[in-house]
Amino acid sequence: GNWARLAAQQSLTQDQLLEFDTFGNVSLIHITDIHGQLKPIYFREPSINIGVGGNKGAVPHVTGSDFRKLYGIDDGSPSHYALSSGDFSALAQGYGRVGGLDRVATVIKAIRADRPDAILLDGGDTWHGSYTTWKTQAQDMFNVMNALSPDAMTFHWEFTLGSDRVHELVEQLPFAALGQNIFDVEWDEPAELFPPYKMFERGGTKIAVIGQAFPYMPIANPRWMFPEYSFGIRDENMAAMVEEVRAAGAECVVVLSHNGFDVDKKMASVVPGIDVILSGHTHDALPEPVLVGQTIIVPSGSNGKFVSRVDLDIRDGRMMGYRSKLIPIFSDVIAPDAEVASLIDAERAPYAAEMAEVIGQTDSLLYRRGNFNGTWDDLICDALLSERDAEIALSPGVRWGPSLIPGQDITREDIFGVTSMSYGQAYRTEFTGEFLKVVLEDVADNIFNPDPYYQQGGDMVRTGGLGYRIDVSKPQGQRISNMTLLKTGEPIDPARNYVVAGWASVNEGTEGPQIWDVVESHIRKLGTVTVSENNSVDVVGV
Amino acid sequence: TSALAMASLGAVPAFASLTDDAIAELTGGADIGEGSVTLTAPEIAENGNTVPIGVEAPGAVEITLYADGNPVPNVATFKFGPLSASRSASTRIRLAQTQNVVAIAKMEDGSFQMAKAEVKVTIGGCGG
Amino acid sequence: MASGVKPRVKVPKTAAAGDTITIKTLISHKMESGQRKDDDGNIIPRSIINRFTADFNGQNVIDVTLEPAISTNPYFEFEAIVPESGEFTFTWYDDDGDVYDTAKKITVS
Ligand SMILES: [Mn+2]
Ligand SMILES: [Mn+2]
Repeated sequence: GNWARLAAQQSLTQDQLLEFDTFGNVSLIHITDIHGQLKPIYFREPSINIGVGGNKGAVPHVTGSDFRKLYGIDDGSPSHYALSSGDFSALAQGYGRVGGLDRVATVIKAIRADRPDAILLDGGDTWHGSYTTWKTQAQDMFNVMNALSPDAMTFHWEFTLGSDRVHELVEQLPFAALGQNIFDVEWDEPAELFPPYKMFERGGTKIAVIGQAFPYMPIANPRWMFPEYSFGIRDENMAAMVEEVRAAGAECVVVLSHNGFDVDKKMASVVPGIDVILSGHTHDALPEPVLVGQTIIVPSGSNGKFVSRVDLDIRDGRMMGYRSKLIPIFSDVIAPDAEVASLIDAERAPYAAEMAEVIGQTDSLLYRRGNFNGTWDDLICDALLSERDAEIALSPGVRWGPSLIPGQDITREDIFGVTSMSYGQAYRTEFTGEFLKVVLEDVADNIFNPDPYYQQGGDMVRTGGLGYRIDVSKPQGQRISNMTLLKTGEPIDPARNYVVAGWASVNEGTEGPQIWDVVESHIRKLGTVTVSENNSVDVVGV
Repeated sequence: TSALAMASLGAVPAFASLTDDAIAELTGGADIGEGSVTLTAPEIAENGNTVPIGVEAPGAVEITLYADGNPVPNVATFKFGPLSASRSASTRIRLAQTQNVVAIAKMEDGSFQMAKAEVKVTIGGCGG
Repeated sequence: MASGVKPRVKVPKTAAAGDTITIKTLISHKMESGQRKDDDGNIIPRSIINRFTADFNGQNVIDVTLEPAISTNPYFEFEAIVPESGEFTFTWYDDDGDVYDTAKKITVS
C-alpha cells in the first residue's frame, strides 16, 4: 500500500530538488502567502476547488487524482504529496513536514550561488498568521524576511495590522513595497508609500517589477483598519504602468501579483505587454506556468511550502523564452540555513513555552483548504456551537492554516496557525433565516461568479449546525436552497431568529472572546479530537 | 417600452421604474442613444457609502446620474460651462445595494445619450 | 453656519495658455440624506450641500446639482481650460442657506 511507495523518499535529495539547468540571463525567485509560518508544517492541498465560467475544469481547478493524471504525476511520488490531495496522512508520515524559512533560505542561497543577481520577490500575506506574528505584530516575519534580502514585496493581510503598524514597518523596509493599485482614498491618487513599480538592471537588461496588492482588501477584510486606502484591480492603471516602464527602457515586465489566479488570467488577457505574472493569494501550486497570450503565470503555493525559480532569456527588448521550477520545500531533505535557523529560534524563544503547550490530540486529519468545510473548520464550528451556545456557527473561508495529521498533539501554536488574526473576536448574535440566506448567497457569489473580477478569492463561508444545497452554476440569489437546521432537521424558517456564533467579522466594534481561546477551551474538554465526515453541504451544478 | 406602460404592468421593481420616470421627465420621452457616454464605475464597491463614479461625454452640455436601486434615483447633474475642457466629471455616491448607475447626457444638439454600469455592493468578509 | 465645514481644492499653480488642467475639490460635510432615523425612530431632517460651482475669472467651468445620494464629504474632479492668468472660485451651497467658498490663483506663463 502507501508505505511501499514511500521507499522513493529515501532517494530524494537536496540536489535533486534544487537541480536546474540555468537558462537565459535573468532569474526570478518567487515566494508568496507564507502566512507567518517560520517553521516546517504539514499542508494538505484542496480536494475541492471548483472553477466556474471560462475556468471550469481549468487549472488550478483540478484536484486529487485528476490533477496527477493531468501532469503525469505518479501516485505516491513526492509531487503527489506536495501538489495534490489524496492519501495525505500516510504520505505525510513518510515525506514529513514542508516549508520553514530556514530551508527556504538554503534554496534562495543556492539559486543566488548559481545566479548572484537573481531577483527575490515576496507576493504578500507574509506578516500574518501565527502565534508569534500576532504577538510581535509581525516583527518576527519582518526580521526573518529581511535576512533573506528580498528585492520587493506586495500586500494583503499585512493591512489587517492596521495602517499605523503597516506604515511603521513599510517605512523601515530595506526593499521596495509595491502596489500600483494602492491609492489614497481621499484624493484618489497613488499612495506615496507604495510605489507602483521598481526597475532592476540585471543580466545586462532592464526588468520592471510592478506590484499588484490584493484588490478587494476593504471588502474581504475590515476597511476600518486601513481607512486611508483604496485598492481595486485598476487594470487601466496597470496598462499605463506597463507602457510607462516600457517607455523607460524595460525589456521585461514582471507583475508581482496578489490578485488570485483567475483574476491574473483575466488581467493577462486584458492588459497587453506583461511577460510574467508571479501569482499569489489563491494559494495554488502548479508544476508549470500557465500561458495566457504572451504572458506566463506562475503560482507558487503558500505557507512556505514552495519557492519558484523562473529563468528568463531577455534579448533585443523582449522575453525570448523561459524555464521554471516550482521547488517543494521538503523540510527533511533540504538542510536548514544555520544563520536563518538561529534567527527564527531567537524570534520564537520568548513565546516558545506557551506555544508548545499541548491542548489535546487529534485522531483525524485536520486541514482547511477546499471550497467548502475542511476538518479544521468543522472543529472550529463545533467549538463555536458548544462554547458560545449557538444553533448555527459561521467560520470564514480563509485559505491559510497548516494541517495536522492523525496522532499529532494539538498545541497552542497549532490553534493559532488556523485562527490568528487581528479581528478574531467570536461574536454571538441573532440572524433571521432570511438574512442567513442573504449571507450565503453573497459569499457564494464572491467565489462562483463566472467573471473572475467579481471573485474575491476566499473559499465558501464554513457552517456548523446548518446544512444547505448549492448550485454553483446559478446566479446570485438562486444558488442556495434546502437550508436545514441540523439539530432538528427542520427547514430554516426565513422569518425566525437563529442564534449564530461566528468570528472574523469585518464590522468595527465586534465583541466576544478571541476565537483561539474558544477553540482551545473546546479542545481541552474533548481531549482527543475526532472529526466525522461532513455531508451537510450538497454541491451541484459543477 | 415607455415608463408609463411598465408601471401599469405592476411587475417591475419599484425603484427601477422610479428611475425610468425620472429619465422620462428629463428627456421629455425623447429617444436615447448609446455610445457617446463613458461611465466609469468599480465592479464591486469597496464601500457602498462612497462609490467613485466618473462620466465623460464629449459634446454634452449636461450629464445627469441616477442610481436605480436607491429609494431616490437622482444622484447629481453636471452642467458644463464655457471653460469646461472635457465634458467629464467624477464624484462619489451612495449605493444602498447592488444596482445600476445610469448616466444620461444632454448633447449640444438637444439629443440624449446614455450609459449604464452595474455596481455590486457586497456584505464582504473572508479572504485568502 | 454648520460646524466643521471645510473646503479643500487642488489646482495647479501654473499652466500654459489654453492648457487643460485637472481640478479636485473636497468639502467636509455630513450630507444628512433625510432618509435616516434617529434612536427614537424619528426621521433626521435632510441637510446637504445642494449645489457646487466652479468659475474662472467670472466664467463658469461646472455647475453641479447634488442630491442626497452624494457621499459624505462631497468630492468632485473635473477639467478646465485656462485661457489666461487669473483666479478660480469654488462655491458650495448648503440646505441651511450657508454658502462656503474658496479661491485659487493660477499663473499662465
Ligand atoms: Mn494568502
Ligand atoms: Mn491573500
